[in-house]
Amino acid sequence: MNALEIKDLHVSIGDKEIIRGLTLTVPRGEVHAIMGPNGSGKSTLSKAIGGHPDYVVTSGTVRLDGVNILDMAADARARAGLFLAFQYPMEIPGVSNANFIRAALQARLPDGEELEATDFYAQLYAEMDKLEMSRTFTARSVNEGFSGGEKKRNEILQMAMLKPKYAILDETDSGLDIDALRIVSAGVNAQRGPGLGALVITHYQRLLDYIVPDHVHVMVEGRIVRTGGKELALELEEKGYDFIKESLTTV
Amino acid sequence: MSTDTLDIDRTRGDFSYPEQHTFDAGTGLTHDTIDYISGVKGEPDWIREFRHKALDTFLAKPMPTHWASHDLENIVFKNIRYYLANAQKPKRSWDDVSEDEKRTFERLGIPEQERRFLAGVEAQFDSEAVYSNIKAAVGEQGVIFCGSTEGLKEHPEIFRKWFGKVIPTGDNKFSALNSAVFSGGSFIYVPPGVKVKHPLQAYFRINAENFGQFERTLIIADEGSEVMYMEGCTAPKFETATLHSAVVELVAMKGAKIQYITVQNWSANVFNLVTKRAIAHEEAEVKWIDCNIGSRLTMKYPGVILKGRKARGEVISIALAGDGQHQDTGAKMVHAADETTSNIVSKSISLGTGRATYRGLVHIPKHLKGCKNNTECDALLINSTARTDTYPAITVRGTGNSSQHEASVSQISAEQIFYMMSRGLTEAQAMSLSVNGFVNDLVRQFPMEYSVELKRLIDLEMEGSVG
Ligand SMILES: Nc1ncnc2c1ncn2[C@@H]1O[C@H](COP(=O)(O)OP(=O)(O)O)[C@@H](O)[C@H]1O
Ligand SMILES: [Mg+2]
Repeated sequence: MNALEIKDLHVSIGDKEIIRGLTLTVPRGEVHAIMGPNGSGKSTLSKAIGGHPDYVVTSGTVRLDGVNILDMAADARARAGLFLAFQYPMEIPGVSNANFIRAALQARLPDGEELEATDFYAQLYAEMDKLEMSRTFTARSVNEGFSGGEKKRNEILQMAMLKPKYAILDETDSGLDIDALRIVSAGVNAQRGPGLGALVITHYQRLLDYIVPDHVHVMVEGRIVRTGGKELALELEEKGYDFIKESLTTV
Repeated sequence: MSTDTLDIDRTRGDFSYPEQHTFDAGTGLTHDTIDYISGVKGEPDWIREFRHKALDTFLAKPMPTHWASHDLENIVFKNIRYYLANAQKPKRSWDDVSEDEKRTFERLGIPEQERRFLAGVEAQFDSEAVYSNIKAAVGEQGVIFCGSTEGLKEHPEIFRKWFGKVIPTGDNKFSALNSAVFSGGSFIYVPPGVKVKHPLQAYFRINAENFGQFERTLIIADEGSEVMYMEGCTAPKFETATLHSAVVELVAMKGAKIQYITVQNWSANVFNLVTKRAIAHEEAEVKWIDCNIGSRLTMKYPGVILKGRKARGEVISIALAGDGQHQDTGAKMVHAADETTSNIVSKSISLGTGRATYRGLVHIPKHLKGCKNNTECDALLINSTARTDTYPAITVRGTGNSSQHEASVSQISAEQIFYMMSRGLTEAQAMSLSVNGFVNDLVRQFPMEYSVELKRLIDLEMEGSVG
């Protein structure tokens, strides 16, 4: 099946279980949203799927187009077509943005094959223009001294250049003003299509006005507790997470 | 062998050819060893005496273990071979160099670099240069570029004036050792006003096991002249310890400029104990660029004695201490005239159990006016067992003098590596890129060919250090 399939996933950090039996399928071509209160485990889920060594999967499976990725290191998962847009992107001093993206693309080529520099820059500039990023960002060190919004744009730029099959966007809206939100969302929407399955993680409904999801899942305490259409996001916005939590305890 | 591509071999010097030496001083060091070396070289008496005295100084001096690494005690001087060579005179054409020696330097890419961008090359194999040549146009300007033996025999009027004057025999135990048994290295003289456009290069190759290489380099840039010298070093990886102990003296006369660039990639069995110092006369500029990769223990503190008014000294160094290695490096700036300036930028990277030590000495005495020093040391740690120490000894006296000192220690975090890996880079590629990023601002000052080489060496070191 062409999908990102997460089945009964359990993830611990140290001896604390954070993801507690989570099941979710994102078929390629669809956009799913996960909403959940702070601390519910959204970032933990994305890092565990990305292959962060501190996030230990104690049981369950994660498949990418039918292939179990849990035995792969983070880099192999990325090369298999997974992309993570970080909630808090890291700074890499001394490494220029262009060189970083170039190295990431080069890592996807077979041994001995060299990335074509002219095409690379043409593509990079085109994608930067779409995200309204100034050319100076090619030479600046990755994320170093970038504002919150610039970092998020830079994540979407990397996603556009790396062309993943599946992308997990972790609170890409946090720290963005309305203009930046519009630009970043347009950047994501431009990549939507049959080739991309996306999991958009957010705390607020606002983002989903711009990136309209096919399905919405609500996550509380490491599990998906409700699934619905995009109207679920509005309901949440109106009634708040407490409403869901209450309805859970009464069930 | 079809696998002998330059790409592979230039970056790792880990190969060797069977030895066959016409000249061999045997194992161990006595006054007879000195007579043997001096004899086969056909040296004048003054230098033979100089060597004998130096041996006495060496024997009398204790190991500097009261401040330096106790690993020095593991050098067994009586097990080392002090002189190995096949011929006394270097060839002027690669066609005349013996097959194994020629193949060695071809695998290291030297003849190719010579064709591409060098004004002259000297290629030393164990104790002697097997090849030495200078482009005709450069020679015609009066530039002298030859080995130390030829220098002292053919140009005594210049050689004797400066030899052992910048670094006296008794400066330290290893400068005394070098003074006793030195062989090879370069002698360069650049006449007044001559600006050598392309770099002169020397390559020091150790091929033999249980061997000590003791090259001696003396560079004199006469008034208003300019020269850039680059040296590269490699050795194969043997089980036993190898010793490399050079002495390098630079003299920049009034208004002259010398740039001295080292990119060494010693294997992990080499003790690399080198003394490098320059004298900068009025308005002269000396810049040491020093990249230390590999070796078991490197101790090296290039220095500049700022002897004339407005002289400038600079040391830019990068040290990479891999697993089990100790890079003990730094710089010395001795201000001895008014309005002299010095700049030290040192970056070290420690990984695994590797250890990087920075030792600096900056001296500005009270009676001088308008002197300035800037010192910056940055250390990067790649995992928790690595360590780094900084010993910046800065003495600045007098009211019109100033020194600025900055130091930092940073770490490549697991989060940073994960971020990079999540883009598809392997762990080794992620570390290489981070390390290259850390040294990037310094590497930009290197000539292109050397920055490419350095990047390649860093990549290899990182590949070797993970999984
Ligand atoms: N590296 C970590 N070490 C220890 N606890 C962590 C770590 N990362 C997250 N947690 C804990 O896991 C829980 C879920 O956090 P997180 O996944 O960041 O939630 P969310 O992204 O939904 O706000 C929280 O209780 C948080 O404190
Ligand atoms: Mg989060």
